[in-house]
Amino acid sequence: MIDGPYLEFEKPIMELQKKISDMKEFSRVEDIELDSEIKSMEGKLKKMQDSIFAKLTRWQRVQLARHPKRPYTLDYIDLITTDFVELHGDRCFADDNAMVGGFAKLDGRPVLILGQQKGRNTKSKLYRNFGMANPEGYRKALRLMQMASKFNRPIIILIDTPGAFPGIGAEERGQAESIARNLREMTNLEVPIIITIIGEGASGGALGIGLGDRVFMLENSWYSVISPEGCAAILWRDAAKAPDAAEALKLTAPDVDKLDLIDGIIPEPECGAHMDPSLAAEKLKKQILIALDELDPMTPEELILHRIEKYRKMGVYTT
Amino acid sequence: MDWFRKSKDGLVSQQKKEIPDGLWTKCKGCGEVIYSKILEEQLWVCPNCNYHFRINATKIISLLLDDGQLETYDDNLSSLDPLSFRDSKKYTDRIKASQQKTGMKDGLISGLGTIDGLPVSFAVMDFAFMGGSMGSVVGEKIARTIERAIEREIPLVIVSCSGGARMQEGILSLMQMAKTSALLAVLAKKKMPYISILTNPTTAGVMASYASLGDIIIAEPKALLGFAGPRVIQQTIGQDLPEGFQSSEFFMEHGFLDVISERKDLRRNLSLCLQYTYDKPVNG
Ligand SMILES: [Zn+2]
Repeated sequence: MIDGPYLEFEKPIMELQKKISDMKEFSRVEDIELDSEIKSMEGKLKKMQDSIFAKLTRWQRVQLARHPKRPYTLDYIDLITTDFVELHGDRCFADDNAMVGGFAKLDGRPVLILGQQKGRNTKSKLYRNFGMANPEGYRKALRLMQMASKFNRPIIILIDTPGAFPGIGAEERGQAESIARNLREMTNLEVPIIITIIGEGASGGALGIGLGDRVFMLENSWYSVISPEGCAAILWRDAAKAPDAAEALKLTAPDVDKLDLIDGIIPEPECGAHMDPSLAAEKLKKQILIALDELDPMTPEELILHRIEKYRKMGVYTT
Repeated sequence: MDWFRKSKDGLVSQQKKEIPDGLWTKCKGCGEVIYSKILEEQLWVCPNCNYHFRINATKIISLLLDDGQLETYDDNLSSLDPLSFRDSKKYTDRIKASQQKTGMKDGLISGLGTIDGLPVSFAVMDFAFMGGSMGSVVGEKIARTIERAIEREIPLVIVSCSGGARMQEGILSLMQMAKTSALLAVLAKKKMPYISILTNPTTAGVMASYASLGDIIIAEPKALLGFAGPRVIQQTIGQDLPEGFQSSEFFMEHGFLDVISERKDLRRNLSLCLQYTYDKPVNG
């Protein structure tokens, strides 16, 4: 029996283990001989464990990206920077707690760092709106990024969201407009923008702070046009088909890298970032510093030109 | 270079052939059954309740451009299947079916035309092609349409009609939002106007990129506009949505539209907006 917190993708294993123990109990209480059934189920369990750990499916990667113990944006900020000063508010409507950002020092160097923030317990999950930003979150992010550009500070972005929030207020305040504006205005920022998908990268909610000069994905993160559940609900008419949708969407870091849409995959500690957050952060920081070194010599004009060219090339079609 | 020519009269007479005499159409707005000929004369707007029927890209071209003419570009751009995507159907089969149904390679017609003599780089989406969804082809054609406006220093007009990014091309579709928006930043620096016209529906990835970035944004009445689909919102918040939620009128009320224009006035409104934002070069 595995005790304590377990990975989502271990759930079928847990269930099968439960079935086996129930069957053993039933066999004992009712005094019915079920040895061959139990043996066959134990064989099945072994096979299941092997197949899961030998090669993660896309859906299991999705679940790793959602692991409740996975480091979130503020954890990484804490682990890779010093002297973080969080800055709040969009100067227009509200402060969105699903989006955090501020100035900090990365190896002593001043940077702006921002990203979506998830909560860990019921209370903080609600406070962070499950990492789903409203328009004021995207507008806060843009305000901070434009300030960073004004004061010549590089921008470090950590993406981790199941999507922009689908709510009445979000629509009233222009969720679509806030994301669209960010895409256009991030194009014009005069400082390096280094982006990493650290967990979930769902749709426009991720891309809304996702246009920059370097884009990396952590090994067990995912990045997609739509969440597997959303895709399954539409194309399979059944959200429970999310694993099939995850396979079809090709949303893992290796998938997206193969499509040449990111600049690299940042490896995670064995069995995922949550097993060793400090090591995960170290690897992340290393990659960010390399990217900063590469981008440092570029003038604002060069940065913007290369940024436009980077996205201009994206697309697969025949003429 | 392909030429696409259809005078308004030509289009109307062609439609007459398609619709057998005595065919009636039920209005989705009021339920009234209307004689199709009348509906067609009214630009597919219900004379009873003003419901704007969805019309295809070809009809939009004949409605908005001088002599109904568009010199089309990039007609042969066609989707590949980079993800080998398959749900209940193969993506390649969906593409083929849409191509056969619409006679188009993908869900967008783009090119150069004039509106009351003013040159425009123009694109119009067609909902009949996989719900007007934006994959690599739609994104690329929009990008090229923006580039033609930049290179020729002429205004940009995009008529949107889309459920959003095309799921079957996954992350590539998402990146079309970034690609098109980045080029609109270049257009804005050139100080060339971009008029965005929203028709029913314009949502999700299209709304969260170029459709929302017009200098002037015009919508048809009662179009469904928004980021998230109404059903998704309803499921998320677990309550009924207010009446008129995510309509053009709702968007106007909250400050995200410049003009709501009935179809019969759309050409005039577009023309005026172009005149107010663009001076044709004297030698142009
Ligand atoms: Zn009607």
